[in-house]
Amino acid sequence: MNAPAFVVKASTNLNRTADFPILALRVRGRRLAYLDNGATTQKPLSVINAERDFYLQSNANIHRGVHWLSQHATDLYEAARERVKGLLNARQAEEIVFTRGTTEAINLVAQSWGRSQLKAGDEIIVTGMEHHSNIVPWQLICEQTGAALRVVPVTDSGELRMDEFSALLGPRTRLVAVAHVSNALGTINPVDEIVRLAHAAGAKVLVDGAQAVAHQAVDVQALDCDFYAFSGHKLYGPTGIGALYVRYEILKAMPPWQGGGDMIYTVSFEKSTYAPAPQRFEAGTPNIAGAIGLAAAIEYVQDVGLDDIQAHEQALMAYATPMLLELPGLRLIGTAAHKSGILSFVVEGIHPHDLGTILDTEGVAIRAGHHCAMPLMTRFGIPGTARASLGLYNDENDIDALVAALRKAQEMFAGRAS
Amino acid sequence: MNEHSDLRELYQEVIFDHNRHPRNFHAMSDASHSADGYNALCGDRLKVYLQVKDGVVTDASFEGHGCAISTASASLMTETVIGKPVTEVDALFKDLHNMLTGGPTDERDFGKLEVLAGVCEFPSRVKCATLAWHTMHNALVGANDTAETE
Repeated sequence: MNAPAFVVKASTNLNRTADFPILALRVRGRRLAYLDNGATTQKPLSVINAERDFYLQSNANIHRGVHWLSQHATDLYEAARERVKGLLNARQAEEIVFTRGTTEAINLVAQSWGRSQLKAGDEIIVTGMEHHSNIVPWQLICEQTGAALRVVPVTDSGELRMDEFSALLGPRTRLVAVAHVSNALGTINPVDEIVRLAHAAGAKVLVDGAQAVAHQAVDVQALDCDFYAFSGHKLYGPTGIGALYVRYEILKAMPPWQGGGDMIYTVSFEKSTYAPAPQRFEAGTPNIAGAIGLAAAIEYVQDVGLDDIQAHEQALMAYATPMLLELPGLRLIGTAAHKSGILSFVVEGIHPHDLGTILDTEGVAIRAGHHCAMPLMTRFGIPGTARASLGLYNDENDIDALVAALRKAQEMFAGRAS
Repeated sequence: MNEHSDLRELYQEVIFDHNRHPRNFHAMSDASHSADGYNALCGDRLKVYLQVKDGVVTDASFEGHGCAISTASASLMTETVIGKPVTEVDALFKDLHNMLTGGPTDERDFGKLEVLAGVCEFPSRVKCATLAWHTMHNALVGANDTAETE
């Protein structure tokens, strides 16, 4: 694959529509300003071609096939696991389990590790800024085991109350589940410090990396976390594929959570034995083409360079933030010192969904609502926010379109006789 | 029709007026019927109150927080149903629902409610316009569940 001619400067984005053909679309007669990357990213041609090529040239079911195509497909699938290992800097590929996405990865940890390890009286700590997918799986396992959920409060700027976190940590704490980057606020949480404190208290740490992996380099060895989950589709890869990293000493001891083909060693009606990790956690035919597409996506972001992507998005945030704050009545929700490329805001007198509709007619795609973080919205006393979330292909034109559309919305709502 | 006329169809002056100054926007302590409405899509909640005497809606009000479309729709609804027999209100609910979702409407003259028709071009916003109506329907049939827009 050719490395994209990508320059870390918000004004130049040479291969924008060559690499991402969908960005050339005109939506409602307008240039598309796609600012909904927190929900899902667009896919580069290399990812689309990787999936297509797999079905054209390599398709077969993986593992146990004696024919050439099956071995070829298996090699590609396992090479994809190596790619994920590289992305996260895991110690070995056996620490990577393919899942449908972040949600399934967290549910896997809850139902496998959680069900075998948790008992009444144990505690799981989550934070007030978690996505529902890092709340509800823990509530389910708490109901099943009698464990209890504890919540780290969030400050007005959208940062974790680390003093409260330290106070919550104790001998009952078994697991801390925290977002690396908040999907609704953009806050980059101090995961390394959280891991250090949690490990000192004897607790494991799961990091929800859904909003992080596409926007910064992630190193699970440096973070020292025990579980790290992410989705392919927020990383310029296909939907329906994601991955879970688990420190191998933990993973090898975890029981299966779904039974079926591929995850067994022997099966008899008296007793079945299970395959070693990670196959033990991949029952049934997996999303083979998806894994290969994900590998292509990882190759793409690595070629662009995750540090460069981060610098680009930070530069765009520095461009966009003061422009938004100039708009009368606009309030940013999430003003943490360390923020990823997410601009969540409310505008006085205009409901987020009205903003979303008006922006849409200007070709500006944002998300409006609670962002699957209802407890966080309650914390801020708002029903929802409008959220513009950046990706590597966004540029100043997208921000200019956003700001112009917001001005138009304000004119529409304020400019009329009452 | 271009996208801008669609937008103007959706956000007409009447909508802005009712959003800015919602009519009958208060709780009603002596309501004979009331129900809560919830739009799971956006998290908006509202409550509809009705006073029904001898099969006629003699008073209607609402409270809550929502987008311009849902607030204006609720406001217009309360104005429209006051003084109407419950049977007529129910028929109106069904026709309005059909108008917004593309079903048959018996060629009804919707009067002021016609301004809500612009929502048809924005399928993701239909639920905003129908929430208050579903909630009123639940209040009338005495359903205790929170109304949703399904």
